Amino acid sequence: MSDETYPADLRYHPEHDWVRVDGDEATFGVTWYAQDALGEVVYYDPPEMGATTTVGQSYGELESVKAVSDIIAPASGEVLAVNEKVEGAPELVNSDPYGDGWLIRVRLSDPSELDGLMDEAAYRDYLQGL
Amino acid sequence: MRTSLHAAHVDAGAKIVDFAGWEMPVEYLGVRAEHLAVRERCGLFDVSHMGQIEVTGPDARDFLQATLTNDITRIGPGQAQYTLLPDDNGGVIDDLLAYALLDRFLLVVNASNIDACVGRITGLAPAGVEVVDRSPDVGMLALQGPSWAKALTPVASPEPFSLQYMEATEASVAGVPCLVARTGYTGEPGVEIMCDADQAPAVWDALMGTPYRPGAAGLGARDTLRLEMGYPLYGNELSRDRTPIPAGLKWACDLKHGGFPGAERMQREAENGTPEKLVGIVLTEKGIPRGGCPVLVDGQQVGTVTSGTLSPSLGVGAGLAYVSSEHAERGTRLEIDVRGKPKAAEVVTLPMVDSSPRKEHHS
Repeated sequence: MSDETYPADLRYHPEHDWVRVDGDEATFGVTWYAQDALGEVVYYDPPEMGATTTVGQSYGELESVKAVSDIIAPASGEVLAVNEKVEGAPELVNSDPYGDGWLIRVRLSDPSELDGLMDEAAYRDYLQGL
Repeated sequence: MRTSLHAAHVDAGAKIVDFAGWEMPVEYLGVRAEHLAVRERCGLFDVSHMGQIEVTGPDARDFLQATLTNDITRIGPGQAQYTLLPDDNGGVIDDLLAYALLDRFLLVVNASNIDACVGRITGLAPAGVEVVDRSPDVGMLALQGPSWAKALTPVASPEPFSLQYMEATEASVAGVPCLVARTGYTGEPGVEIMCDADQAPAVWDALMGTPYRPGAAGLGARDTLRLEMGYPLYGNELSRDRTPIPAGLKWACDLKHGGFPGAERMQREAENGTPEKLVGIVLTEKGIPRGGCPVLVDGQQVGTVTSGTLSPSLGVGAGLAYVSSEHAERGTRLEIDVRGKPKAAEVVTLPMVDSSPRKEHHS
């Protein structure tokens, strides 16, 4: 398990997903809060390469021993890469949620969607209210 | 509700969840690590949420013989027996352990079924049989795993190691009067320890303070451990909708003597077979079956998964399922519909792992 952190360079979706933007591409993952709520992740069911993500909708699943959780897309786009390391070692989502535990890389179809996401401070405030 | 060990769980970093109205630890460090600690060494569970119902009186034995499915005349003082409480149709109200003690019987029932069990048993009890719900007063710990005796030795007196599987004795643990029984729900050798709820923290702390410190284990590991053994869980594999027979529990139903509610139906089912049976299933590709997933053969539904998880011991998706009896043979190839994705699976024998609670302890 890792310490509770929310990097300042990421944008956050209320379903506890993060985005790291790099031009018109972006990397998605789940936040520390999400992995803590889920517990030890034992299975990652990723989308197909080339599949489309739609903001607010599930693009894959993470499972703990006890439960299944949909992974909600923080933005719309086309899947360019899937983190195969997490398929083989799903616990990376727990140990390094913002690094080796990233889930997919996408080409954003509507970068203006990012304006609807939270920054670190807003996400921390949001977590306080849960 | 909280058990008397709630503060100990929070101190140990437990993730707490609601279980049958109780705030219980589901995991501390992680389900897999806790599970493997129990299989390989030893783990300590708080199961104080479970219910304890005392049945006393000169006619208590005859009453229980006519009320529960197993033959209670086969156990004497200091022995425990797995049995079931059937409703009038033979449906399962609960599965439980019945302990015969010197002056009473003690029924240990599932937390979610305490009221149903007390209601049923009280309703059937004749004059001369007293039924008392002791659940709020009793704390209960489960020390489970091949090294259980090493953890218990330094704090128990007399040392309760001559106990055989399904035997119980009074003993002092950390100076606390306890009922120590060679029982459990993990498939590993071990003991369950009952004492005054107020004193359960002293027993917990003493066991955790021994040099052979057991790992704290939560309800998550308890569930994966029992699932690998094929032990049924009320609400998943057992309900009022079925008798114990399709769950493979004929061995816990005294059909020879009968006389308990539903006995004739169970006798018929045992003779004629049931349309479906409970089986173990293992996925032969990546994925995790979950309760409610349809079981398919040639695209047609032939059953339903009742419990499923990633088996920590086997490292594959595993579960229990009711399937139509023609597809219940070991080795039968099936598919499990996991949220719309068919996953290849196979019927396996239970237990899925090479464990037995009868194994001798490592001394």
